Amino acid sequence: MTVSQPHGVICPNCGAPVRFLWAQAVQTTCAYCRSVLVRRDLDLARVGEQADFPATGSPIQIGTEGRWRARSFVVVGRLTYGWARGRWNEWHCILNDGRSAWLSDAQLEYAMTAETDAAGGMPDVARVQVGDRYIWDDVTYQVATITTAFYLGTEGELPFTSYDNTTARFIDLTGPDGRFATIDGSGHPPLLYLGEYLDFDELAFRNLREFEGW
Amino acid sequence: MVTATPMPRVPRAAALNCSACGAAIELHAMGWAVSIVCAACGATMDATDANLRILQHGDGVRLTPRIPLGTRGTWKGAAWDVIGSQQVTITVEDVDYSWIEYVCFNPWRGFLYLSEYQGHWNVIEKLRRQPDRERGSEQPIIELGGVTYKHFQTARARTTAALGEFPWELRVGDEVIARDFVSPPYLLSSEGYAEEVTWSLGRYTPPDVIAKAFNLSKDALVKPIGVFANQPNPYGGLPKKVFRLFGLAMLVLLLMFLANVVLSGNRTVFRHAYAFTRGTEDQPAFVTEPFELEGRPSAVSIDIETEFNNDWLYLSLALINETTGETREASRQVSYYSGSDSDGSWTEGSRNETVRLATVPAGRYFLRVQPEGGEPAKRVANYTMQLRRDAPFYGLYAVAFFALLIPTIFAVLPSVTFEQRRWAESDHAPSSSSSSDDDDDE
Repeated sequence: MTVSQPHGVICPNCGAPVRFLWAQAVQTTCAYCRSVLVRRDLDLARVGEQADFPATGSPIQIGTEGRWRARSFVVVGRLTYGWARGRWNEWHCILNDGRSAWLSDAQLEYAMTAETDAAGGMPDVARVQVGDRYIWDDVTYQVATITTAFYLGTEGELPFTSYDNTTARFIDLTGPDGRFATIDGSGHPPLLYLGEYLDFDELAFRNLREFEGW
Repeated sequence: MVTATPMPRVPRAAALNCSACGAAIELHAMGWAVSIVCAACGATMDATDANLRILQHGDGVRLTPRIPLGTRGTWKGAAWDVIGSQQVTITVEDVDYSWIEYVCFNPWRGFLYLSEYQGHWNVIEKLRRQPDRERGSEQPIIELGGVTYKHFQTARARTTAALGEFPWELRVGDEVIARDFVSPPYLLSSEGYAEEVTWSLGRYTPPDVIAKAFNLSKDALVKPIGVFANQPNPYGGLPKKVFRLFGLAMLVLLLMFLANVVLSGNRTVFRHAYAFTRGTEDQPAFVTEPFELEGRPSAVSIDIETEFNNDWLYLSLALINETTGETREASRQVSYYSGSDSDGSWTEGSRNETVRLATVPAGRYFLRVQPEGGEPAKRVANYTMQLRRDAPFYGLYAVAFFALLIPTIFAVLPSVTFEQRRWAESDHAPSSSSSSDDDDDE
C-alpha cells in the first residue's frame, strides 16, 4: 500500500519525520519520541505523550498483514485497554479498499469487526444486560459480556482521537457461527461494530512478532 | 511500502519471584495469564499485576500433574507449552470425583486445554460461538453445528489444587456449575462464572495419542478405567451393520416365503382311511394303491389324521417309486392323551402328524405302511393318510428367523452394554441399575 505523504510532515516535538500508512489517519504517535500527534489541516499538533505501557504479549504489531472477508489488511495502529482480568488490544487495520476494521486480540481469541450503522437500532447502553438479544443485518446477537475498560495507551494511526479518553464500556455480543458484535459505549452516540471470531489460521497473518524459544 | 518498525523479540518467559515465599517463578503467557500459582508454596497471585499481588496464600502444592508443566507438545501441527494445571473435584452422593485439567499456551494461537480422568483424555477448545438453546426437560439436548448433544451431568465443580498459569482469575476452592452434554467423541461443556457462561468443546483422545503429542514415555499415562462420558463406543458401528444385514436376510426370507406360497401346488394326490386292529398275531405291512407324482422334483407331505384319545400308534412309512424301486423311509408316532388332575384338565401330544419328504422326483409311487403299538385296551385304531404333492413348509421360515435373530442379538449386545456403562455414570442412569450400584448417582 502506498500512501502519498504530506510534504515535510515532521514531529512538532522532536523533528523526526512522521510517515503515514493511512491517508485518513486523525491521530498517530511519533515512533521516536512517543508524542501523540493529532492532524490539524496539514500540520500535526502534539497533544500528549504516550508513556510506556505494559507489554501485552500480543503477536500482532504495526505492519502485521492479514486477510479478512477476502480482503487483505494491514495493521496501522492500536488502542490498548485494561480491565479487571487483564489487558487486550484493539488493532486498527486498513483493508485494501481503504476502510477501517478492528482486530481484537483479547486472550488471543481473534475477532475482526468493522463499524456498522445500527440499522436495527442501538440499545440503551446503560441498561443492557447479559443475555439480551438484538438483531442487526438479520443476525441475532446475544449479550455475552459487559466490560468496563480503561485506556492504557495508543500507538500508531487511528481514525479518531483517543488522547482524552479514560474509560470505556464495551458490550460484547455473540451470534451464530462465530458472529461477534461489540458496542463501544464510551462515546455519544455509542458505536456498533459487527464481525466475527476467526481462527489464527483463517487470518493468514504475515509479519507477526517473534517469540524467543518458539 | 509499509515501513513499520518491528518490535523486538518477545522473551520466552519473564523471571519473577513469588510474592509470598520468594521462590523463582517464570511467566510464559505474558500479558494473557491472569493468575499464577507458585510451585513452591501454592500461593495464587494476580499475574496481571506487575507486583504479583497475592490473591490467596497457599499451604503447599498437592498436585503432581502427569504432564509436567513446561512440557512442549504438538497438536494439529502447532506447538503448545503446558503452563498450568488444576485439579477439579465434583461430589456426587458424598463421593468425590477428581480430574486434572491442563492449560496449554502458544503465543500466536492462545490457549488449548486438556483434561484427564482415570486415563480418559479430552483435548478441549474454548468455543467462540454459542450453541443453540437447549430443548427438553427430562434429559435436555442442545445443538451445535448440526450435531445433537445429550445432557450427561450437571455438577458443582470446584478447584481443589492448582499449579502454574491460568488465563482466568483462579482461586483454590472456587466453584462453578459445570454442565456436560455428549455426542461421542465430543463433549460440549458449559461453565458458569456467576452470570457469565463459557462453552467449550472437548474431543475424546486415547492416552497413546496424548503421550505421542507431548513426548511422554509410554507408561507415563495410565490405561483408561471404565467408560467415559464421551468415549466412542468401539462397537458403535456394529449394530447398524448387523441390523442392515438382518433386514436384508429378512427380505430374502420374505421373498422366499412368497415364492414358496405362490409356486407351491399343494395338490392332494392320495387319501385313504385305515383301521389297525391290535392283538392279531400278524401285523403285516401293507402297500397302498399307486399314485402319480407330477412336475418338478419337490416336497411331499404325508398327513396322518386320527381321532385318538388316550391312544398311540407307531407308523413306519416308505415311499417307493414303482419303476425304479427307489425308497424313501420315514416313521412317525401319533400320540394323544388327555385327562384332568388337581391342576385342571390337560392334554399331551397331537392327533395329527405330518411327515415331510424333500425333493421327490416325478413318477409313479406307492406307500408301504407298517402300523404297530398302541394301547392294548383299544382294539381298533382308525387313521387316515393323505399325501400332498409340492407342499409348502412354513416351519422352515420360523427356524430361519430365529437362526438369524439370535446372532443379531449377540452382535448388538456389546454396543448396548457399553452405552449402559456410559450412562450409568450420568444424571440419567436407569433407576434399576443405580439401585444395585453404589457408584451411580440418583
